[in-house]
Amino acid sequence: MLGFIIQRVLQAMLVMAVMSALVFIGVYAVGNPIDVLISPDATQDIRTETIARYGLDRPLYEQYFTFVGNILSGDMGRSFVFGMPVLQLIMQRLPATLELTLVAVIGATLAGVPLGIYAGYRPQSPISKTIMAVSILGFSVPTFWIGLILILFFAVHLGWLPAGSRGATRSFLGVEWSVLTLDGWKHLVLPATNLALFKLAMMIRLSRAGTREIMLTDTIKFARAAGLSEWTILRQHVLKLISIPIVTVFGLEFGSTLAFAVVTETIFSWPGVGKLIIDSIAQLDRPVMVAYLILIAFLFVTINLTVDLVYALLDPRLRRGRAA
Amino acid sequence: MNAEALRAFWDEFSESRISVAALAVVLAIVAAAVCAPLITPQDPYDLGNLSLSDARRPPGFVGSKGYAHVLGTDAQGRDLYSAILYGLRISLQMGLVAGAIALSIGGTLGIVAAYFGGRIETLIMRIVDLQLSFPAILLALVLAALLGQGKTQLVSALVAAQYAYFARTAFGAASAERRKDYVEAAAATPLSGSRIVFRHLLPNSLPPLIVVATVQVANAISLEATLSFLGLGLPPTEPSLGMLIANGFQYMMSGRYWISVYPGIALIILIVAINLVGDQIRDQLNPRLRR
Repeated sequence: MLGFIIQRVLQAMLVMAVMSALVFIGVYAVGNPIDVLISPDATQDIRTETIARYGLDRPLYEQYFTFVGNILSGDMGRSFVFGMPVLQLIMQRLPATLELTLVAVIGATLAGVPLGIYAGYRPQSPISKTIMAVSILGFSVPTFWIGLILILFFAVHLGWLPAGSRGATRSFLGVEWSVLTLDGWKHLVLPATNLALFKLAMMIRLSRAGTREIMLTDTIKFARAAGLSEWTILRQHVLKLISIPIVTVFGLEFGSTLAFAVVTETIFSWPGVGKLIIDSIAQLDRPVMVAYLILIAFLFVTINLTVDLVYALLDPRLRRGRAA
Repeated sequence: MNAEALRAFWDEFSESRISVAALAVVLAIVAAAVCAPLITPQDPYDLGNLSLSDARRPPGFVGSKGYAHVLGTDAQGRDLYSAILYGLRISLQMGLVAGAIALSIGGTLGIVAAYFGGRIETLIMRIVDLQLSFPAILLALVLAALLGQGKTQLVSALVAAQYAYFARTAFGAASAERRKDYVEAAAATPLSGSRIVFRHLLPNSLPPLIVVATVQVANAISLEATLSFLGLGLPPTEPSLGMLIANGFQYMMSGRYWISVYPGIALIILIVAINLVGDQIRDQLNPRLRR
């Protein structure tokens, strides 16, 4: 088991090294940040001085090693545009994104699981068919389009909810949160719904498939024979058994929801990291792009590593035969 | 697949009315996109043709050229009906080209991995699995940002985000076939390796690849629209559907909904129809659901 863990951790570190090099070279290839940093009427001296200050005159591999060394010591550089440390910038924006993602994923689970169980419990009923049709739409319609329609209907047409930005926040543990104020919730509802729809479709499908399988097993036959009410069966047996895959997916999907938040945040001008990265791409703010990509890569590598290790812990068969 | 099998396949396909309707919609959209110059009143890419006095007019407005803009006009005075059909052309083109390239690259990698096995298999499939653990949209987003605007760059980003799905599918089908006795027997004879690949592995990997291809073309179109909407796709001179929607977004707040909504409806009809056709083909090719 220890060998397996070491092998996996080394593999994850190799992936991170490759990713960081790819990201660095890739971002290096986009545009020339000097045009953004220095006004065109600056003197030659100022140009050279600025280029030297950001280390842009040195060879690429040297810049890369400096960059890796800096990251390992916790310094991800300064944003060209905001003029502040990138890590600080990202940490400032991260709560907004985390909050949005959490509300979306939790909301999708709370709504999706009961709907899915119902659809699996009564597969032939018209309500179940409607639920499934909606979930197909949730899978195939692009997120940004649903966002537009939500804005058009609830913000422009009905005027019930604001169309963008974050609204009032309240400080808790030194971080600003929207979920603590009514105005914050008003601003949160539309983007969170937008982000949740894809996950909702997925939760519905998962719980429906699980419920249908379990309802056919002997467990349920015996529970019914024992005189348990249908409600108790659903709550005690079905919900308990389908919650295992749902929790797994919940964890896995959290990362990809963070990635999807880029689209939602752009549409709703939500001041999170996703909006930050899109703005940085437009303004050629290299350090922010690099730092964001590395953090996301790190996040995914960590999630995958954790899942692998937990599975290996639960299923001894996976520990063997992996060395090949 | 011979003519008889194709006929049986079609007979089963046509039993589902929704699937036939979806297929008809897909074919109609493709036909309309191909014939766009013949059935639209305006070439939306010819800037000399556009008049700003016609800009942002509601559906049904009769513009300076004397014909009615059935779906209204956008901020540059483009006839939206024309712009949507030309946009569909670009979207379909991007989706099909990206899908075809991703199919060839991914299919080849998967079959090569299955045929050779051993180290080559481990190397290829590890990379593929690693890539599958990252969301496709993020990969496409990053690549589109790194490569810059343009059709070639966009197609490269889409292909890089999608080839792994084809590689996984082809590998699964081909490696199951590779282990069968008749293939092992063929490999033991002096027959050339390419014969095994082209006579046995490739034909058996095709059905699942076709299923993945339908879904992935729809995904590529959706991804392209998302990227263009975020300003990372095609240059604004030749708007695809995503770009049209993005351009109309800023006017939506003032109630000029049609600039964004109609291109979006066209996009969704196309994506949903392709997905429905793909679902039906998948069910028909799935041996577990065989009657």
